[in-house]
Amino acid sequence: MKNPHELIEKNVGLLTVLILFAIALGAMAQITPLMFQQQTMEPVKGLTPYTALQMEGRDIYIREGCVGCHSQMIRPFRAETERYGHYSVAGESVWERPFLWGSKRTGPDLARVGNRYSDEWHRVHLLNPRNVVPESNMPGYPWLAENILDGELIEKKLSLFRDFGVPYTDEDIAGAKAAVAGKTEMEALIAYLQSLGTHLK
Amino acid sequence: MTTFWTIWISVITLGSIAGSYYLLRWALSNKTGVKEGESMGHEYDGIIEINNQLPRWWTIMFYITIVWGLAYLALYPGLGAYKGLLGWQSSNQTILSLEESEAALKASIESGALIQYDREIKFANEKFDPIFAEYAKVDVETLATNPEHKEALKVGQRLFIQNCAQCHGSDARGQNGGFPNLTDNDWLYGGSGAKIVETLQRGRNAVMPAWIDAFGEEGIKEVVEYTLSLSGRQVNQALASKGKTRFMACAACHGMDGKGNQMMGAPNLTDNIWLYGGSKRAVTETLTYGRNGVMPAFNKTLGDDKIHVVASYIYSLSNK
Repeated sequence: MKNPHELIEKNVGLLTVLILFAIALGAMAQITPLMFQQQTMEPVKGLTPYTALQMEGRDIYIREGCVGCHSQMIRPFRAETERYGHYSVAGESVWERPFLWGSKRTGPDLARVGNRYSDEWHRVHLLNPRNVVPESNMPGYPWLAENILDGELIEKKLSLFRDFGVPYTDEDIAGAKAAVAGKTEMEALIAYLQSLGTHLK
Repeated sequence: MTTFWTIWISVITLGSIAGSYYLLRWALSNKTGVKEGESMGHEYDGIIEINNQLPRWWTIMFYITIVWGLAYLALYPGLGAYKGLLGWQSSNQTILSLEESEAALKASIESGALIQYDREIKFANEKFDPIFAEYAKVDVETLATNPEHKEALKVGQRLFIQNCAQCHGSDARGQNGGFPNLTDNDWLYGGSGAKIVETLQRGRNAVMPAWIDAFGEEGIKEVVEYTLSLSGRQVNQALASKGKTRFMACAACHGMDGKGNQMMGAPNLTDNIWLYGGSKRAVTETLTYGRNGVMPAFNKTLGDDKIHVVASYIYSLSNK
């Protein structure tokens, strides 16, 4: 064979392997080292794991697709920090699996929405956003107030997160079901929202 | 970042760039055994493949990207722990608390380090701090009413829309359900400049207790009738007069005359302005289940100077 490059050109399997290797080089240089960095593993001071109710709220946040319209990532630009508060840092997301940073802002960023509004505001707003913000185009979520949590899976969820390294105690897990059973999904979601970003505020 | 990871990243990154360079050099020489410009021996439908060298403009672009990449890696942080010749950083990503963040921001502004976010803040502070400092010298009432300070009110309005409109509405006329109208000169905690600033700084927590246990359903009906009579509404007089005796319990906060108490944010019940609605049904609900009004504190979000300007804007809405 006069041209060794023909080997690649005429052998699709080999070409695929080599392309994957070339892509893997980028991932190995950019992603692998981050998994071992202090900065991405050390929680910010005062970071607390989600309570059982907040954890249920987080799952409702995921179920309802909130992440499709709301980011949870304040970028380090003044235009963002003036509106939302301190920019997000890695230490805030160490226990997030998966993280909900999002990439689309139809609505505002929610990284620090905790304590910004009252629980009552959130309740009215989630039932029908236009009751408090007439200009809003967010859909209402009235069923959240009617659906009652049974807490069947919450102990499993918490112990799964403990396996990921979130410091839940045995008592946290044992008391989890009692803490959420009978609460509405609305209460859970509000509890989750009110916890967002408060440790750097 | 440890030395291991610095070497790991550097070897992969620089190795890839070097590999690309050698691949390009290698591909530039003719290894086909066919002369330049002659047919490679493939023909389909009259289209033939000719052995041409890589286009010159394309190879030059390839060289430029390699040089660009190397220069970028020399100037900016890209190779592990190496910080780059410029010392550039986007923000203080390693901080673990607000205090650490503030200290890092202050240190980098003083040392003139090239931290993008801190620079932006520094230039903004230089530009805007003197303006806010000027406003801070003027008291809220003057800033709100003196036409000379129109600009300040515009700033206040922008801040209001950004931070307050979600509850109070973009026109500041509030919403039914516990979000007060700020344009009607009816104040829960006082409408002086100082009081508005205090409300913004510290927030407010209003508690109206539930009365169903104390009054019972009948009792609630009576008190509702009496309460509505206070603002001159047509009511059932028999029920209202019974409600009047029960109103003693309400008077602790709302006053004997029902005119409210701004010290504790108890609303005036005689002016026909209703925070949670003035229908019989709404007032019954308020009395039965109670209400919890929350105004969040804005001292950390906005800071003193901006609160001063927002307070002036709010004051101006009721004192034109």
